[in-house]
Amino acid sequence: MTASLVVPPAVLLIGGGLVLPLLQGWLRRVAILVLPLATLYLIWQVPDGIVLAVPFLDYTLALVKGDALSRLFATIFAVMALAGGLFALNQKRTVELSAAFCYAGGAIGVVFAGDLLTVFIFWEMMAIASTLVIWSAGPSARAAGLRYAVIHLLGGVLLMAGITGEIANTGSLAFGKMALDTVPRWLILAGFLVNAAAPPFSSWLPDAYVESSWSGMVFLSAFTTKTAVYVLLRGFPGAELLVYLGLFMVFYGIVYAILENDMRRILAYSIVNQVGFMVTGIGIGTEMALNGAAAHAFAHIIYKALLLMSAGSVLYMTGKRKCTDLGGLFRTMPLTTVCGIIGALSISAFPLTSGFISKSMISEAAGLAHLEVVWYLLAAASAGVFLHAGVKFPWFVFFQKDSGLRPPDPPWNMRAAMLFFAALCLGLGIAPGPLYAILPFAVHFEPYTAPHVVFQLQLLLFSGLAFFLMLGWLQRTLTITLDIDWLYRRLGVVLVRRLDRWVQTLRSGLAAAATHGARGGASWLHRHHGSDGILARTWPTGLMALWTTLILAAYLVLSYW
Amino acid sequence: MSAVWPHLPVLQVLIPLFGALLAGLLRRPTPAYVLATAVSWVAPLIAGALLWQVVQTGPISYHIGGWAPPWGIEYRIDVLNALVLVLVTAVGAVIMPFARLSVAFEVGEGREAWFYCMYLLCLTGLLGITVTGDAFNAFVFLEISSLSSYVLIALGHDRRALLSSFQYLIMGTIGATFYVIGIGLLYLVTGTLNMADLAARLGPAWAEHSRAIVAALAFVTVGISLKLGLFPLHVWLPNAYAYAPSWVTAFLAGTATKVAIYLLVRFYFSIFGIAIDLRLLPIADVIIVLSLAAMLIASLVAVFEANLKRLLAYSSVAQIGYITLGIGLANQAALTGALVHVVNHALMKAALFLAAGAIFYRAHTTELKELAGIGRRMPLTIAAFTIAGLGLVGTPGTSGFISKWYLMVGALGAGQWIPAFVIVASSLIALIYVGRVLEIVWMREPSAQMAAVGDPPLSMLLPLVVLSLATIYLGIDTEWTAGIASMASTILLGGLR
Repeated sequence: MTASLVVPPAVLLIGGGLVLPLLQGWLRRVAILVLPLATLYLIWQVPDGIVLAVPFLDYTLALVKGDALSRLFATIFAVMALAGGLFALNQKRTVELSAAFCYAGGAIGVVFAGDLLTVFIFWEMMAIASTLVIWSAGPSARAAGLRYAVIHLLGGVLLMAGITGEIANTGSLAFGKMALDTVPRWLILAGFLVNAAAPPFSSWLPDAYVESSWSGMVFLSAFTTKTAVYVLLRGFPGAELLVYLGLFMVFYGIVYAILENDMRRILAYSIVNQVGFMVTGIGIGTEMALNGAAAHAFAHIIYKALLLMSAGSVLYMTGKRKCTDLGGLFRTMPLTTVCGIIGALSISAFPLTSGFISKSMISEAAGLAHLEVVWYLLAAASAGVFLHAGVKFPWFVFFQKDSGLRPPDPPWNMRAAMLFFAALCLGLGIAPGPLYAILPFAVHFEPYTAPHVVFQLQLLLFSGLAFFLMLGWLQRTLTITLDIDWLYRRLGVVLVRRLDRWVQTLRSGLAAAATHGARGGASWLHRHHGSDGILARTWPTGLMALWTTLILAAYLVLSYW
Repeated sequence: MSAVWPHLPVLQVLIPLFGALLAGLLRRPTPAYVLATAVSWVAPLIAGALLWQVVQTGPISYHIGGWAPPWGIEYRIDVLNALVLVLVTAVGAVIMPFARLSVAFEVGEGREAWFYCMYLLCLTGLLGITVTGDAFNAFVFLEISSLSSYVLIALGHDRRALLSSFQYLIMGTIGATFYVIGIGLLYLVTGTLNMADLAARLGPAWAEHSRAIVAALAFVTVGISLKLGLFPLHVWLPNAYAYAPSWVTAFLAGTATKVAIYLLVRFYFSIFGIAIDLRLLPIADVIIVLSLAAMLIASLVAVFEANLKRLLAYSSVAQIGYITLGIGLANQAALTGALVHVVNHALMKAALFLAAGAIFYRAHTTELKELAGIGRRMPLTIAAFTIAGLGLVGTPGTSGFISKWYLMVGALGAGQWIPAFVIVASSLIALIYVGRVLEIVWMREPSAQMAAVGDPPLSMLLPLVVLSLATIYLGIDTEWTAGIASMASTILLGGLR
């Protein structure tokens, strides 16, 4: 392992992604599978410390800097690129996979970045590449992709402003733990949080992701939010604000996922929910919580991708995405069903799955840090996760009524990708040792103790029971549309509804005011800057000359003052 | 060769000058074009040699006709103007292959030889301003370049080119007059026109003639500000750029305003700054305020603009605001940023205007609403446009990022939060107007009348691709641009009182 021979793993994957459109036939297929594997090999060749530094302007950029946390995230990103590439082999739009590889390469670049500027450069590369992934779904994704790009470029501007300010303040590019004591650092945090889909920017994720293609969303689910988790882990561990933001995201995701009818939108909201768990863990900030957040990110990428692969297979085979149009697919898509269920069990943190061994670490850390409220909220949220993703998704898509659809399981490569990730979900759940071994801190945690398992099983059992008890009422309304708002009523959570309505009123009021303001502002801008405005039209020559005189007069008057 | 070597400074100006005369005499398009190309390609060799010499051995002083300064005219070359010489000649050389077809198409039969004659005269003027160490000689070259550029603009295919050229003529003349009034005042006070001599004599004269010197500074600043298109003295610029032949716009955008900026820097830092303490005067504050206004207002106008060339012209006004902001802030990082942006903006704007020219050559229009989906018809042209456009926004990995980075560091280093904020805000607005164009040309469905449109011939494509690749290259390797600009700004700031 010679440090001097290191090729940056990110460069290999990005370069490969750019070359990919030139390849065709079997060569392309081989390249799609070999590139992530080669990248994975390179990732494990990166030793600790700064490996590759280049001078840039007056600074030195640490393009590649290795440590346990970087390698952990880079590993799962490369594995994700591999499985995603396998799953997407028969995607006809070549742009998508190229963009997805550049996107994955950007994510790997961020996690190996040793300084803020390198983070920013790869950050922006990810923003551009992911936008292309969305756009490659075709014309229907155009508007959503544009909205996505705007939000992310806004986040990039916040980040850039923060980074320059940080450098001006400290004179150093270094990217390490930062205390939230200056304006630039708040800006950096804000830039990171935009990508983590934290409030008030949570809605870009379900808005844009579901417009991507059946394979595109598999990639999208993995990189942007998890890189944000990584940079938060690196930069702001233990920032108390993150606990509250994380909890908000957890419940935001649950409420909206329960209300949702589109199967992939359910899963999109559940990304926000799951990232909320990680952000909460980062906010708690103890070694165990940080380990938990990192492990949960690792596990989440696998099972969320698995869920989206099974949803993607359904979309690919049927062309339908609404729960009300689907159902009864287990008869002809047994493998997709089983893999979907494994993913659903994992996201619900069922014992013997990967979700259990990672999420329980975060809860345990909250308990050990004596954050009782946080612990109870996380426990309640676990039940909510089971409700919306663990049961609702597989039930409505694969069982429930018979929709009359009889699609077969998808082609071999998609099946293989699903089997691969399903095996990983179970493997990590049964033997968490290898994952625990590569976490950033030493693990003093044993997931399979009797209280843990019993508690989790009780939780899941009762929330599952609640779901099926209410199924009778569910099915009556389902024939028209999935209107679950009675669920709140029946559960006695009238408050939620009240609050929801109140928030809606407030939001529509604010939105109206904002729209009015924006419209007024825009028309003001257009009046002055539009092509007939005073600032844009051609002035008479005399007026120009007059201005010249005025500026001269201004200089003279100010000088003689 | 060794006989020629000491005379390089004057040859830099003489070769285009005699080239212009010859092109006028040749009268036929092809020989005139070949001559202009030859001259344009020799010029950067001379400029490069001069830059190399200056970096190696320090400033060069060349005495015209052997008359020693301050009586004779001195050509004086240091790192700053050597950099500008390389820039101007390089832009001219790179875009020359584009000219043949574009000019034949837009300027028309019978006027091509005169066109190349005027171009070479304009080049002479610009190089002369840059190379000379004599304030009045600079005025003469300023007039040569201005008069020839009025003609070049008036040769545009649209009749509105005449009006634009006329307005530019009036404004340019006012600017030149102001400049010469300023020089006159300085001459009255010091009795000299040599720049170095002026710098030495102004200091002692300050006690007695401070009013005259302040007035001279104001006149010179306003006069040059007019030529470089500083807001709100920029109104001639959008029309002149929009209606001039496409190739002329690319040339002027890459060179003329940049040379005017050089002249401002020269007066500001090498003459007035050495003689008197500029911090006592409000000049820098006024420049900063006007620059900020330019960055915001001109960018906003560009957002609403319906014509691609006018949009790019307003973007130029905004980008010039970045440069003058760096001059106004006047610290090491900011001035470096300004000088780097002179180079970077020149190259990317030349690329963008060439792309607009290529589009006009194929599609016969630059109205944005008619360019829907043209990216699918002219993929290479629009790809080059996209790269340069991203540079304009300041995307990392492009040269625009480098300049904005230095400016940002300079603004924050000076403790100026408002300029720092405006730099970011203006970049965002740039993103909107560039994004708007990109959305139209890439994402929309091409219209039926664009069906037969394709990428232009290689001779037009090549300069475009070279310039857009330069946008990326200079965003990664900054040794030449930032290195030399930093060297220049160290010298300029080191001399300040």
